[in-house]
Amino acid sequence: MKRIKTLNQATLKKSAAKGGCGECQTSCQSACKTSCTVANQKCESQKA
Amino acid sequence: MVHVFHIKEKYLALDVNSGCVHVLDELCYDVLKYLCDEGKTPEDTHIQEICDRFQDRYAVSDLEEAWGDILELYESETLFSRDDYAEIAGKLKRNSPVKAMCLHVAHDCNLRCAYCFADEGAYHNRRELMSVETGKKAMDFLIQASGKRRNLEVDFFGGEPLMNFQMVKEVVEYAREQEKIHDKNFRFTITTNGILLNDENIAYINKEMSNVVLSLDGRKETNDKVRCRIDGSGSYDSIVKKLQKVAESRNQDNYYVRGTFTRYNLDFSKDVLHLADLGFKQTSVEPVVSEPEAPYAIREEDLPQIYQEYENLVEEYITRRKEGKWFNFFHFMIDLEQGPCVIKRLSGCGAGCEYLAVAPNGDIYPCHQFVGTEEYKMGNLEDGILDQEIRNHFESCNVYTKPKCRDCFAKFYCSGGCMANACLLNGDINEPHEISCMLQRKRVECSLYAKAVEAEWEE
Repeated sequence: MKRIKTLNQATLKKSAAKGGCGECQTSCQSACKTSCTVANQKCESQKA
Repeated sequence: MVHVFHIKEKYLALDVNSGCVHVLDELCYDVLKYLCDEGKTPEDTHIQEICDRFQDRYAVSDLEEAWGDILELYESETLFSRDDYAEIAGKLKRNSPVKAMCLHVAHDCNLRCAYCFADEGAYHNRRELMSVETGKKAMDFLIQASGKRRNLEVDFFGGEPLMNFQMVKEVVEYAREQEKIHDKNFRFTITTNGILLNDENIAYINKEMSNVVLSLDGRKETNDKVRCRIDGSGSYDSIVKKLQKVAESRNQDNYYVRGTFTRYNLDFSKDVLHLADLGFKQTSVEPVVSEPEAPYAIREEDLPQIYQEYENLVEEYITRRKEGKWFNFFHFMIDLEQGPCVIKRLSGCGAGCEYLAVAPNGDIYPCHQFVGTEEYKMGNLEDGILDQEIRNHFESCNVYTKPKCRDCFAKFYCSGGCMANACLLNGDINEPHEISCMLQRKRVECSLYAKAVEAEWEE
């Protein structure tokens, strides 16, 4: 690639297969309480 | 779907369905923007069309090189990748276990914040403290409703939860006993305005709470205009040192100092930076949620200024982090490699199914923002039975049930937005609040911009 730099892998598609364990934090419990900010939550299964 | 945008000299493309973020040069940006504007993909476009369109600005050899890169990404399914998620959204699990609870331990408050969605802590004129007995019943209910989920979250909320702190301690003690019996792991959090913090309760909070949310809006004049004490005086001077003490005693981690910005402080980047200047490393300042008639409500005409503020903030955020004056801003946090799975992103906050709120009298609601709204009451701890109709209504809501989200590039970052805001402002959990969406999109752009700049340093 000469003109484009990709910052990350296509993790979203891969996560469809093995995701959904539900052990992650509920987004509103972290800080927001009035605005939905889901994408900054940590994945519990990857943390372990 | 591809979203191309630029902030200052950084040109970026977000491939929405793969989650890939590409940093472009200006030529690639122009070409991709052209494809997006025309609703085309590399597959149905010939290089000659690109050359015809851009050869007055760029050399053909450069255009061919850029086109080669674009085709490579397209073929590797990281640009214009397919949307495979509608089917997954249609098959999301129903009747999922409850895993999180917002416990309204005090419907009373020692502040009278003008914008409080909880009616200045009174929750519709019913000042009330939750009893220990009700708190314990809430823990029993959560354990029973959580099925096989191990990690359970309980946020002590209000009003002001420190006004009922003895109860909080007794409920924590009870839950700690029960978690051993039932093989659960309770994670407690507390959201406080800080007025009643002292050495003793700080030590307890640090021992038992995995996260603390500390309310402070920023500069003294910003904070004191809305976050007033009962006598009308400002709260800033009474709380700042206490909040700093909490932050330090938690080693500047596992807490947030959290503010709200309103129409009164559209220059809110200064408030965020003030919090950073006070030494807080974990910050979150969020737009007010209110009825549009309120004098402090954010209006559409305020958006250009707010966009500029987010850009100012992200610039300073990047600069400070580079200079070793690191601080975190909640809305700029995006983990591009290890964020939540797409199933979480499709289903959102889980209000009304995975996440519930309990009022002091034991009434159960879909989330803290619905507490006290009779039509959304889902049940009471006494009978422990949830209204299935309300539950199904919330559980059936996801990114793909919201028509406005279909063409939005930010949909996998906000998961369709806050259902309570949608309900409050549009009367429908499936119709997100447009101004909130516009702010969310700007924040995602700024976060990705920060990632691009920071990636450059690492090279």
